[in-house]
This record gives sequence, structure tokens and C-alpha cells, in this order.
Amino acid sequence: MSFAEIRKKILEQENGKKYWRSLEEFADTPEFTEFLKREFPHNAEEWDSSLSRREFVKLMGASLALAGLSGCVIQPPEKIVPYVRQPEEIIPGKALYFATAMTLSGIATGLLVKSNEGRPTKIEGSPEHPGSLGATDVFAQAALLGLYDPDRSQQITYLGSPRTWQNFITEIRAKIDELRPSGGAGLRFLSETVVSPTLAGQIKQLLSELPNARWYQYEPINHDNAIAGAKLAFGSPVQVVYQFDKADRILSLDKDIFSEFNVRYMKDFAKGRAFTEEKQEINRLYAVETTLTLTGAKADHRLAVKPSQMVVVAKAIASALGVSSIEVDRATLDEKTNKWIDAMARDLLAHKGKTIVMVGDNQPPIVHALAYAMNEVLGNVGKTLYYIEPFAPNAENLQIDQLRQLIQEIDSGQVRMLVILGGNPVYNTPADLKLSKERMLKIPLRVHVGLYNDETAELCQWHISEKHFLESWGDTRAYDGTVTMIQPLIKPLYNSRSIYEVVQVFFKENYDKSDLDIVKDFWKAQSAKQTSGQADTDFEKQWRRAVHDGFMQNTAYQPKSVSVDFNRVAQEVQRFEAAAKTDELEIAILPDPTIYDGRFSNNGWLQELPKPITKVTWDNVALVSPNTAARLGLNQAGRNPNEQAGGAQGITFFNTKGGNLFSDLVKLKFNGAEISKPVPIWIQPGQPDDVITIFLGYGRTRSGKVGTGIGYDAYEVRRSDALYFGFGNLQKTGEQTAIASTQIHFNMEGRDVLRVWDVEQFKENPDMGHQHDEYPKSLYPRYDYSDETAEWRHKWAMTIDLNACVGCNACVIACQAENNIPVVGKEQVQRSREMHWLRVDAYYMGDDVNNPNDLAFQPVLCQQCELAPCEVVCPVHATVHSAEGLNDMVYNRCVGTRYCSNNCPYKVRRFNFLLYQDWDTPQYKLMRNPEVTIRSRGVMEKCTYCVQRISLARIEARKQGRRVLDGEATTACQTVCPTDAIVFGDWNDEQSRVAKMKKDKRNYILLNELNTQPRTTYLAALKNQNPEMPDYVKPPEIKHKTEKHEATEKNEAH
Amino acid sequence: MQDIKQIRESFSPPILEGKHDFATVSDKIGDITLKRKTPFHWFVGFAIFFLIAQMLLATVTYLLLKGVGIWGNNQPVGWAFDIINFVWWIGIGHAGTLISAILLLLNQKWRTSINRFAEAMTLFAVACAGLFPLLHTGRPWLAYWLFPYPNTMGMWPQFRSPLMWDVFAVSTYATVSLLFWYVGLIPDFATLRDRAKSKVFKIIYGILSWGWRGSARHWHRYEIAYLILAGLSTPLVLSVHSIVSFDFSVSQLPGWHATIFPPYFVAGAIFAGFAMVLILAIPLRHLYNMKDFITLAHLDYMGKVMLATGLIVCYGYAMEAFFGWYSAAQYEYYMIYNRIWGGPYWWFYWLLILCNGLSIQLLWFKRFRHSEFWLFTISVIVSIGMWLERFVIIVTSLHRDFLPSSWAMYSPTIYDYSMFLGTIGFFFTLFYLFVRFVPIISIFEVRTLLPEAHVHGHHQDFEEIVNEVEIEKIDKP
Repeated sequence: MSFAEIRKKILEQENGKKYWRSLEEFADTPEFTEFLKREFPHNAEEWDSSLSRREFVKLMGASLALAGLSGCVIQPPEKIVPYVRQPEEIIPGKALYFATAMTLSGIATGLLVKSNEGRPTKIEGSPEHPGSLGATDVFAQAALLGLYDPDRSQQITYLGSPRTWQNFITEIRAKIDELRPSGGAGLRFLSETVVSPTLAGQIKQLLSELPNARWYQYEPINHDNAIAGAKLAFGSPVQVVYQFDKADRILSLDKDIFSEFNVRYMKDFAKGRAFTEEKQEINRLYAVETTLTLTGAKADHRLAVKPSQMVVVAKAIASALGVSSIEVDRATLDEKTNKWIDAMARDLLAHKGKTIVMVGDNQPPIVHALAYAMNEVLGNVGKTLYYIEPFAPNAENLQIDQLRQLIQEIDSGQVRMLVILGGNPVYNTPADLKLSKERMLKIPLRVHVGLYNDETAELCQWHISEKHFLESWGDTRAYDGTVTMIQPLIKPLYNSRSIYEVVQVFFKENYDKSDLDIVKDFWKAQSAKQTSGQADTDFEKQWRRAVHDGFMQNTAYQPKSVSVDFNRVAQEVQRFEAAAKTDELEIAILPDPTIYDGRFSNNGWLQELPKPITKVTWDNVALVSPNTAARLGLNQAGRNPNEQAGGAQGITFFNTKGGNLFSDLVKLKFNGAEISKPVPIWIQPGQPDDVITIFLGYGRTRSGKVGTGIGYDAYEVRRSDALYFGFGNLQKTGEQTAIASTQIHFNMEGRDVLRVWDVEQFKENPDMGHQHDEYPKSLYPRYDYSDETAEWRHKWAMTIDLNACVGCNACVIACQAENNIPVVGKEQVQRSREMHWLRVDAYYMGDDVNNPNDLAFQPVLCQQCELAPCEVVCPVHATVHSAEGLNDMVYNRCVGTRYCSNNCPYKVRRFNFLLYQDWDTPQYKLMRNPEVTIRSRGVMEKCTYCVQRISLARIEARKQGRRVLDGEATTACQTVCPTDAIVFGDWNDEQSRVAKMKKDKRNYILLNELNTQPRTTYLAALKNQNPEMPDYVKPPEIKHKTEKHEATEKNEAH
Repeated sequence: MQDIKQIRESFSPPILEGKHDFATVSDKIGDITLKRKTPFHWFVGFAIFFLIAQMLLATVTYLLLKGVGIWGNNQPVGWAFDIINFVWWIGIGHAGTLISAILLLLNQKWRTSINRFAEAMTLFAVACAGLFPLLHTGRPWLAYWLFPYPNTMGMWPQFRSPLMWDVFAVSTYATVSLLFWYVGLIPDFATLRDRAKSKVFKIIYGILSWGWRGSARHWHRYEIAYLILAGLSTPLVLSVHSIVSFDFSVSQLPGWHATIFPPYFVAGAIFAGFAMVLILAIPLRHLYNMKDFITLAHLDYMGKVMLATGLIVCYGYAMEAFFGWYSAAQYEYYMIYNRIWGGPYWWFYWLLILCNGLSIQLLWFKRFRHSEFWLFTISVIVSIGMWLERFVIIVTSLHRDFLPSSWAMYSPTIYDYSMFLGTIGFFFTLFYLFVRFVPIISIFEVRTLLPEAHVHGHHQDFEEIVNEVEIEKIDKP
């Protein structure tokens, strides 16, 4: 149809308009619209002139040639509207940082969260905050995924159907008004440990309005034992604040400071551990523990003790340290243990006032009381530690007692209304105090506020979706009591409310208040109290400052002066009865290292994060010692006997069936109750014999797409009288299961991979780590940096101080969050296809598989080789050397031959075997770092030294016409590291930290003999052993003499 | 005289048996494609292998949809069945060209009755081999980036990478082999064209024979072309597998990084290739009654070649182990320990030694070399052994390299197997089609073995004949 025809047709129409506003209106016929809109309308004008064959062919040829130029489809227009009014401080593409905080297990870490156009995309520690000093741990890192978890509860529901906030307020207030005359009798609140001053204030007000209501706190992992121990020792509850940087000798009684939520302790510990030219004395860590933990791995001397023996050992240590009137029969302990205790005690006594004795929360109160006494005797109080008032209101009542009271009240039918504020008590209460379905149904009205529609939400009529801490206002306290502010980074993604807002609903007046108003008004009132109602402007300033900094200056708790009542401690020790000896196995219960008490079970990053010691992912296992496994015939299938025993090569495989990881499933009984799901067995060196360790947090039935149904549920058998250990036995089911572990071989095979030196030996032989320079021996010419146009000649490099590294895995998650690394799932991890760019390798040392001398950790990421084996073999130039010396990975160019990975001796490259990235879930789109490419399937990827961060720093520096300063460009793993083990910077800058670290005598190249000339190097770990200890391991003789090294060095110089 | 002949025959059987003249040779070979009814066993075999080939199709479809993750490859075992199969097929592809080119140059008359199907085998094996490097990439639709072609990105491939050399080596080899095979076929296609009754066949073979009339000039050109191609192919036989071996020896992985690889791989390839030729020749001989052309002599020679190359390969194994120890490098040492004794795949190694080392020792004896059953069995064992050899080299070297923390196990998935079996199906499907439509033995070359080919009183070579004919032509304008 030709244009002329259309025109004619339109004009001929009877309803042809005489006046029109637009061409479309004038010619509102289907044909015309089509003619306009479609590129090739039906019956488009035909070529009506007759054409010779020759001309036709010519024309066709020309059309074909031109077709290539015109492309295929016209792209629909996309409208991009710039800000009409530019919001203050928001520059598209430029990230902003806001201070906030995360609270876990009763303390907070201050955070600095990166926000891209209003989306939080990366969590960092707040450098000024006393609880962080810039570092974070795995849980804080993974909180980002928690925010964007698509399985989070998204609305307020009543019996499963959506309701509005107004619905909730109206209905609940009607119920409260019914209860109000009786003073709130029958109204019960159950929350997790209350740390927030505002919430504590709200509780106070609420309980004064409704005096017969009760507020209980319960968390499965709490500090009950420490509090109870303090009540024993001091007569009043305290909370301990340690200052590890001031301690030279540290004794841990089953306390794992490297897995707890306190990164400040790790920072301080690393400070005391640091070895420099100036500071040649490093701290010494003794660990007495059951299950091998990170603290035990880092310890210079570790004593593996059965849980039932712990009290006896603690008593023996106390008496050896001279705690008065502690009688102990040392004969019950074996000779080695006695020697161990005595030598250790002598060492502690020689460092009075510079030691710390600390106890894990899983140890009974009596051990805590003994530790308080020991610290007092050692003169540590006020020097390396001090006591403060506990944060939580009602702290003198143990949480387990509070829970017990609630359960009693429910059983006796007193509870009319239960408001569960956070937490998942239906899942995580102990078996004998289970907030079971029967109990829940006895309560007429049940309200749940939580992040997930979980087991507890299922049994409550009302469910309020809780705001994630990145969405809400609030306050909390750091480990030393410093008031820490929580501010939202993003408007709530869903229709959620914070706990403050829900509690406010129960007030007589002002019941519908936003969390900002609640928190701000609380502090306004506090400020008014202090300044006796003076100017508001002062407060406004203070408030802005606190929100900006993330915490309030000088709000740390003052030390509480208490003294140990030695007689009472001695009496209690006398009274304490050791558990009766049985033939049964002992079972210890611990929170999971990555899933914690179960609250992170739907977090894919944490599920796939290898447990720091076992490297198991996606499962909880039951740990047994190799001896016990052999005795009970567990995990012995297909074992090559050569590989099991240590021998000269040390310890090799555990839990393998010809190499793959298999695990026997057993039925496990704990104090008479049986875990319903079969429990996979895992052989763990360093575990005491006849002790099984099981982990909490798994076996969730309503967790989400990620966490539901995996693992066994240890809460099923946990009892209020046996929260952390008890007795039990196991029965083989004869079945096996496959476990996904990221490492199956834990022995260095005599290779020079991870250097752990004795500190004294190193001091005597500072050149013991000498390596030959293989640089000249390359076939290919070295990269010519002088040709490059790079202005400033940066030479990016990294050092990893293995002496500082404790293996906490924070770097792994930080890398995952920064670089948009996907989660692949258990089945893919089993196939050894995990995608972590940075992994933490673990190696056992020593000949005895049951009692390894040491377990050391080594983070391995792309070593950014100068002579990179990967670069040479890529057929398409997808991995190339950059002018600043990085091995750049060009994802778009990669065709996926995997040759680079085969040729990488460090095996740090990761391949997208399948489409691992989730391209569709909208929440994840918000989460990702916009500066890092999302890799699709079939592409190789690897660590880039966070090249996007380097670029950002470079751009800033170029704008000012200077080189990038040291510390301006940081990698994600470096920033997060709680022990500052990772240092990154410009090697060409003589003054940079990394350049200095490279000159350290401990600095060494991994696989130096391959002449890859990596930019990443390691600093040897040091052990500070006490030669008097019975488990002292004499360091091996140095093979090459120092003089010889000097000679060769001279030769090389010539 | 009779006695001497008998003695000689018992020592070395003739390479052509039965009473044949030009016509019977043409009949016997040509009739398979033209006259004889397609035998029932052909349909059965073709159907089976065609079905298996469909498995390949299905696997490849799924592979393209999902990614190489459907296979068992992982970190650190980045290459596994994909590259094992590639090297295995390329190796098999070696014998064909060796027989046609090198034996032609060495004037080995016995090659004439086996070179045609051996070359076909080469082509089909290379076709199967070529699938793997293409499909093993993460993004096969971009695999063309390995070719140096002008592009808007201004990018060349990386010439330092052995994979790059592979692309050239294999594609050149495939092209030259195809040409060689086709050129050799032209006179036979002409024979078929002349003998075909059906019009369709006449036309098809007519096109394929490019107007061959058998004139002396044709023969002259033909011989020169054939010789040139033989000369071109000869270095290729050595280069292709040398370059394939560079994929491994250029890298720095213990177990790959060895200077012995090129000759060791070439010998292995010939070894595997001859095994496959025997696997094909023995049934062909029976099913199509080709005993006159593929005689005991051929089997005997091939057995000897297998023995010789097999021994070279065994020498390679010995040297690998020796240098693992002698190098005094702990990684090399561990690699050998892990391969032979300490690792979980140790039995693959000993199975390999059994297949490639022990089984061929039987070939020292004429009794086994002259027994079709034993030759066939040994050939199958050797084929398995050569596959195992690549498994040992690729997987057991990769799965435990430098840092013990990255060590892992490899286990294939069902798609690894279906892809491998699928290529076997594809290979035999092609071979069945070849048997049905192309003379499986070079008709004209076998004719040259007949006494009639030597009727001239004195020995004349082709050039002399051509010259005579040319002169005659000039004489009679």
C-alpha cells in the first residue's frame, strides 16, 4: 500500500475529520497506524516499474551489502530522565557511606555501609567505632545478603493472610485495652537479649504502665554461665571487657574469641601477636578446649580435654595459680596434663598483670567463677581486663530461668497473649522447655515479629515482618558499652516494622510512632535529663554527630569495681559434683561457625562458606576423633591405610572414600533423647577421644528456599540442664551420605607451602626463610613496564601475614560480597566447583593424626604473577598483564577453555561451569556491586585485587594530579580483616606498608621454584612455644646454613 | 621353485590372494556399492550406531543449553573426558594418513588394500575429535575467536598458546587428509560411474569423479598430485600429535611438563590408529569377503607396527616414571607416586600398563599376529589402553598438583559417557555410510598389484608410459 493510496483512502472516509490535533487523530485508521509504526507494513508499496533481470540482481546485491549496515531490529526508545533537582550529596555512580551497626549475641559492631544510589551494596567496619576499628566478621559481611533475601517475610499477616499496620494496631489495641484493667496480667513478651538502650527504656515504661505484664529474654547462645559465675564469684552479675593488646600470656578455657562476634578482640590479639623489628616479643596463647576451634588452632599450646574433665582441669589450674582454698586431687588427671598445667601456670605467674584467663560461654558457671578468681590472683583486673555492668535489663536473672518461668506460666494457663519480638523460640528452645505447638496453642493470642516467616511465625496468629537492621533506626551497645547508632540505608523493601514500633503499640499514648521518633525521643529525654532540659539545639547537634559517627562518644561503661569472694568460690567448687562416669560417649553442643544458632540458615553465602576448621559446607556434621572413628568403625569405608596414619608425611586424608568425601550416618542419642534425622559423622583431628561434637542451627523446617530441610536439628535433644554437653551414644544406620567440603587434603606433603616457624629459632636465624631469585630464568621476556603510558608506575602488591591470620573466613565473604560472586549450592561444591575467589587453606602439622601439633591457615587468592602461567596459555588473550602488573581477566573475551586454570599452580581460578548467577530475582539486582561485572556461564573468573577499588582511587588521585597514596586503594579482603593480616598497596612506593612488609625477613613466595614471581607474598607464621611444656615441639633443624645463603646472595648480586 | 615359493609364503603371506584379473577386482570391490544387495547386517549395524549417534545429538543439545557443567569437570580437573576423547580420536586418526602417505613414500605395496578405509577412518575420527575442543569451551558459540580473522575488535588470537597451535594443526590435518582421500578416490569414482546402472548413481559418481577418463595425462597429473599430497601429509602425521602433546608439555603441571611428550604421543597415536584399522579391517574382511585383498600379510604387518609403536609407548611410560624419580623434584616425584601407587587412580595406571604394555607382547608371536581373533582382541584392548593413557595423563596429573589444599577427585557424569559413546556412534555411522557408498578398497591401486599390471616386457614406470602416449598423440594430430 502506497502512501498516496492511504491518503486517498482516509480522505474518502465518511468520518474523515475536518479538524484534527495530530496526524494520528487525522488518520486514525489501522492501516495508517501500521504504516507509521511498522518497519515493513503489509502490502507495502511494491516496486511497480518493470525491472530487467540484470538490474534486479544489481539491486539485490546492493541491498544485501547495505543490509549489514542497517542492523536488524529497531531498539525501542528508553527514556532516561536526569534528576530535575539534584538531591544533595547524591552523584549517580558515586557511592556514599553511612554508619550503622549490627547486633549479635548481645554486642554490636559498628559498620560503615556503602550505598550506591540508595542501595546498600557492601558492609564495612566503621574505623572509628571501638567495637570494629574498621573490621567486620562473616556475619556482618553476610548481612547484606540477609537484607536482600527474597525469602524474607514481606508483609504483616493474620492467620497467613495479609493485613495492614492499621489493622494490627486496631486489633491489638482492642486486646490490650481488655488487659489494661488487670495491669496487663497474662501479657508476656519474649525477646532476644536486649542491648538497645531505647528498647530497655521502652520496656521500663511498658512495665510501669502494665505492671503485671512480663518481659522475658531468651537466646539459645547467651552469656548465662558467665553471669551465673559472676554471681558466684562477686555476688553480682558482671560483663567482662578484655584488652588483649595488653596481655602477654593468654589462657583460654574453651573460649573461641576468633569465632565470636567481637572483632575488636581479634584486632587487639593481633596487636599483641605482631612481630616487627621493634617488637620482638609476641604473646603466647594457651588453649584448653574440647572441640578444635580457631583459638585452639592459633594457640601455641593446646590441651584437648573432655567436657566432663573441664571443671577438674580448671580447678587444677586454679590451684596451680595459687587461688586460695581450692583443693584438687591431681591424681585424676594424667601425667602429661599435670605437667602441662604446671608449666603453663608458672608461665602465667611469671607475667602477673599481663595475662588473661578467659572462659567460653559454654562452660558451667563454676569455671567462670574460677577464672574470675584466677584473674584476680594474677592481678589482671584493671590491667588486661575490667568488669562492667551487663547491658541487658534484668540480667541477674538467667535467660534460661526466664524461659523456664515463661514455660511454666504457659503450662499453667496464665498467659493470655504472647508477643515474640525477634528470634525463633519455637525452633531454638531446649527440648525440655520447648515452646512447642501444644504450648503455643494454649495461648489465646500470639504475635510474632521476625525477619522470616519461620517455625515461630507459623504458630502465631499475627506475624509482623521485621525491618532488617539496614532498614531501620535503632541503637545498641558495643562490647564496652559504647552507645552505637543504627540508621537505615534503604527504605524498607517490604511492609515491615521494627521491634520499637511494635512495642510502642502497647503504650497507652503515642502508640503509632516511627522508629526514628522513638529512638530520637528517647535520647532527647536522656539528654534533657542530663542537661536539665536545656536547649534543644544542643541535642540536635549531638544527635547528628552520633548518627554521623555511628556512636556516641564517651558512653562506654565505667569499670565496675567488684572483688572475688574466694571462700564462696571454694565452697562452690567443693559442692560441685563431677558428672558420674558412664560408658557412654560425651557429646558437646556448639553453635555452628557459619549458621550460628540457626538464624542465618537461609543465607546462601554463609551456608556455602566453608566451616573454618572442617571446610564442610551446607551441612552440620558430628565430629569424632580419628581414634574413636576407628574404634567405632565410622567413616572407614574405602580407606587406604597408608593415607590414614600420619607417618613422615604427616596427616593426610580423613573422611574419604578413595578421595571423595563420604560420611557414615548414625542415630545419635543425647541424654536419652534421639535426634530424629540421621547425623553425618566427620573425623576431626584434635578432637578428644570418645567425644562427639554436634552443631546447632540446622534441621530447620521453615527457613526458606536455601535453608529448609538441610542438616539435623540439635535443639531436639538440647536440654536446659545440658545446654552444652552431656552423655549419649550412637548407633550406625549403615547408610552413608556425601558431604560437600572444599578441602579434602589437609597435609602439606612436606612441601614448602605454609611456613610456621618457632619464634626463638627465627630470632636466632633471621635469614632462615631465604629463597633464591629465579627471575632471570624465564623463556619469555619480562613485561616491559617502561613502554606503558601509565603516569605513576604503580606496582600493586599484597602481603598476607600468616602470623596474624587466624582463619576466620571474613575475607572470603567480603570478597564474595564485593565481587558479586555467586553461590553454587551443595551439589556443585561436592563436585569441587565452589566459586570463592579467595579461599582459606588449612593444614595440620605433626605426625599424630589424633593430636596434631598445629593447624595453620593460609588465605589463597590470585597471586598476580609477574610471569603468569595463565597468561601464556590463553588462546584468545582473555587474561592479560596490565601496566600496573595485575593479571587482568577479560570476561567478555573468555571462551572458556579452562587451560589457564589447569596451568595455574595456585588453582585460584574459578569457572562458571553452569549459569551460577541469578539473573532474575529482583532483590539480588539491587544487592550487586555495580562496579563489578556479573559473570555468565562458560567464563573463567578470579581475584582481580579488587581492580574496581583501585580504579576508584586512581581516578581520585588523577583528578588531583598525584599518585595514589598508601591506603587509598584497598581490597575488600584487606579492609575486612580483623587481624590486619592482609596488606595491599603500591610496591613501587618505598614508604608504603606493603613495600615494608616485603622487606620483612619472614616474607616468602609461595611455590617460588616455579618462577611465577607473584605479587602476593606471605609472611611466615610464628609459634611462641614454651620450652617447658610437655607438648613442646622442637623446631626442625634449619637445613641450609645462613652463611651459605649470604654467599649465594652475593653471587646473585654479581 | 615351488618349494621356495611355499617357504616364502609361509614366512610372509602374499598381499593379494585368489585368482584375480582387472575385471574381478573391479567387480568384487565395486559391486559392494553398486550391484550387491545391501546386506542385512549393514542395516542392523547402521541402525545401532545411528541410534547411538543420536545420543551425541541429544547430549550436545543439552550441553549447549546448560553449559559444560553437565560434565564432571571441576576445579582442579578443568579438562577430563572432553580432552581425553579429543586426544584419543586424534590419535586414532593418525594411522590413516600414516598408511597412505608415509607407506606410499616408502613404497610399501601392502598399503594399497587398506589405505582407503584407513583414510576414511582418519577423516571420521578427526571429525569426532574436532567436536570436543569446540564443545568443551564454556561458550562454544564464540570458539571462532580462536581463528585469526580480521575483526572490529582488532584482536588476534594469542600465538603463544598451544591451543592456538592446535587449531592450525588439526584444521590443516583435516583439510589435507580430506583432499588426500578424495584425490585417491577420483579414479574409483570414475570406475563406479562407468559401471553404475542407475541414473542417479551415474550422475552422483559422475560429479564426484570430476570427468575422469583415465587418460594417461590424467594419470600423470593424478600421480603427481597424489605424491605432493603424500609429501604434505607426512610431516603433518608427525606435527599434529606433537602439537597436541604441546597442550600438555608447554604447561608447568607435573605429569604434563615433559620433553618426551611429542614422540611419545606420535607413537601412541600410530599405535592407537593401527589398532582401530584392525578393528575395522577384520570384520570388513569377513562381512564383505575381502580376504583376497586384506590378507594375512596385512594383518601380520599391522600387528608388527602395533608391536613396534607399542614398545615405543612403553618406553615413554618407563621414561616418565624414571624422570619423575631422577628429577629429584618433589612435585614430579609425588606425581609419579600418586599415579602409580599412592593415588586413588592408581588402578587406571596399572590397567593401562596391562592394556598397552602386556597385551601387545603376544604380537611377538606369529601365531597371534595371524589369528584374527587375537588381533581383534588385542586391538580392542589397545584402544581401551590408549584411552586410559590419556585419562592417566590428564586427570591424574590435574587432580593433585602443587597445593594439596586444592586437590580433589574427578568423577564423570552420565553426559560424559553419552558424549563419548555418541561420538563412537557417530564415527561408525559415518563408516557404515562410507562402506555402502564408496569403494572400501582402492580398486585401481589393487589392480596395480595384479600380474597384468606388469605385462610390459621391461619395467616401465608411469612417466615412461605417459611419455609414450604423449608422443603418440603428437604424432597423430
